[in-house]
Amino acid sequence: MAVETGRSVAPAAGGDARGRGRGTGGAPGKTPGPLRRALATHWYAWAMVAPVVTVIGVIIGYPLVRGIYLSLTDADEANVARTIGVNEIDATYEFVGLDNYQAILTDGVFWDRLGWTVLWTVGCVSITFLLGLVLASMLNRKVRGRTVYRMALILPWGIPAFVSVFAWRMLYNEKNGILNQLLAGGGIDGIPWLGDPTWAKISVIAVNVWLGVPFMLVAMLGAMQGIPGELLEAAEMDGANAWQRFRNVVLPGIRSVSSTVILLSTIWTFNMFPVIFLLTRGGPGDSTEILVTYAYRLSFLVSPRDFASSAAWGVLILLLLSAFAVVYRRSLRKQGEVW
Amino acid sequence: MTGTTTPDPATTAPVPAAAVRGGNGRTGRVRGRGERGPLASAGLHAGLLLAAVTAVFPPLWLLVTSFKPKSDAFTTSLVENFTFANYDHVLNDTHFLTWFGNSVLIVLVTTFLGVFISATTGYAVSRFRFPGMRPLMWTLLITQMFPMAILIVPLYNLMAQLGLLNQPVGLIITYLTIAVPFCAWMMKGFFDTIPVAIDESGRVDGLNPFGTFWRLILPLAKPGIAVTGFYSFVTAWAEVAYASAFMTGEENLTLAGGLQTFVNQYTNDWGSMTAAAVIIAVPAMIVFGFAQRHLVAGLTAGATKS
Repeated sequence: MAVETGRSVAPAAGGDARGRGRGTGGAPGKTPGPLRRALATHWYAWAMVAPVVTVIGVIIGYPLVRGIYLSLTDADEANVARTIGVNEIDATYEFVGLDNYQAILTDGVFWDRLGWTVLWTVGCVSITFLLGLVLASMLNRKVRGRTVYRMALILPWGIPAFVSVFAWRMLYNEKNGILNQLLAGGGIDGIPWLGDPTWAKISVIAVNVWLGVPFMLVAMLGAMQGIPGELLEAAEMDGANAWQRFRNVVLPGIRSVSSTVILLSTIWTFNMFPVIFLLTRGGPGDSTEILVTYAYRLSFLVSPRDFASSAAWGVLILLLLSAFAVVYRRSLRKQGEVW
Repeated sequence: MTGTTTPDPATTAPVPAAAVRGGNGRTGRVRGRGERGPLASAGLHAGLLLAAVTAVFPPLWLLVTSFKPKSDAFTTSLVENFTFANYDHVLNDTHFLTWFGNSVLIVLVTTFLGVFISATTGYAVSRFRFPGMRPLMWTLLITQMFPMAILIVPLYNLMAQLGLLNQPVGLIITYLTIAVPFCAWMMKGFFDTIPVAIDESGRVDGLNPFGTFWRLILPLAKPGIAVTGFYSFVTAWAEVAYASAFMTGEENLTLAGGLQTFVNQYTNDWGSMTAAAVIIAVPAMIVFGFAQRHLVAGLTAGATKS
């Protein structure tokens, strides 16, 4: 019986709830008004999404609106509402319009940090992607010990990032860290991994790449294994060499997955807080400070805490990311991607 | 699963690429895709080995160091004087167990609530087409790219007003802002993999959509729900920014905050840090080990199919 009716419902686009209402068995004679009908057909769906909509509205929507409002005020540690002992002190901050934004955008610090953040993001994502791609295509062959290699390679993913970062801090230790001791063994002077602005930048990128490759690798490997073997065989029959097969069969085959993971890892890297915060605290100076850690510094590390500016930095970061996501998506669409 | 063709057992020597390209491939042997020359093999293994060593070395070194006495923390040799002193110190003389308890409590409640709240939504956006669905999908996606920088200040002020700073509840609420959109998004991907025919048969048998979801789909989606739960567990376990900002005072820290106390500008207790790091990493790795095979499928399926 399931088969018979199943067939009549199936054509209604991916089996949706409406399919039932307007399907073959519907009663066209007594159609209620469109609104009632919509409510009648969709109330299940709406009831099901209600919890998430509520939660998002209350704990994300409301703080978001408040954050945007705060960014338009001069709120700082001294004038927000707070409780000291039993005394409740009301907020005394005032609305200042776009002053914060103006101050940020006309100050060199923001543009410096933005420049480094972009460099950091592009550097991390491109190196991670390339390494992930290369390693995935290596693992996508018949190699003895594939499983062992695979397990070793995704190990960094399974360890909480902050733990790994501390491991790296130990390796990077300037006086006694093993990296410098190895260099000393080779007669090379130790490198101030985290003490010199340029080296610190290289070091944080290296750690983030190390953290990010496993995800890339697994994603790419999964995508590559999804390519039908016949396609590759056919290409081989036609005389395509390994490189040509890679370029013309494998790369297009993993396009939808790779564009997704690039978008995701760009966003993650742009906001990658723990690596910078725990490895260098943004230092030396503020040479490794990215936008997110700088916003954090404003509201939690400087004194007095500058909540308003921090919120404004947050809004700017969100705007930048949204703009990026929209542009990225549009360019994918132009190339005919579904997503 | 690699789709390698079975190579002709007779062909062991590599065929030069030119031969395959030029010779029409009919007359002689066709080189299977799994085959390659000994040089290429050596290169492949060398590359993979180098990458694997790089991947494993930092955590391995952490593990090795944790068994060295404090004074040997920076020796390059493997363990010479094996000791559990670091573990002993961390477990008995510090607040580590309190931090561990805080983290477990916060992360378990967050995971449970996150999965519980988002399950029906994942199902609804996977199965129904309803007005408001596209905006909802967008919201779920966009909130995932929210920098914590935008929410951290208002949430902090809110928690301060409600007296929830340094309270596990405060951090749980905060982590739900990460977990809920994420869980809903991932579960949609998993529900998408369950055939719609099952829903249909349920309806035919007279179940309403809730009944179908509860009795038929949810049991089938258990692995997906488990993976989603695992992943939000791992995410919350590793969260640093909110934990560092909202929890202060030795008693209230979570593991992310606690580990920072061992090595900072004032103290350099590398021995304790390594032991604590190992104890923190082990549960996460066990959980991750269960989930890892399905993680990327869930993450990318949601995105590529929508």
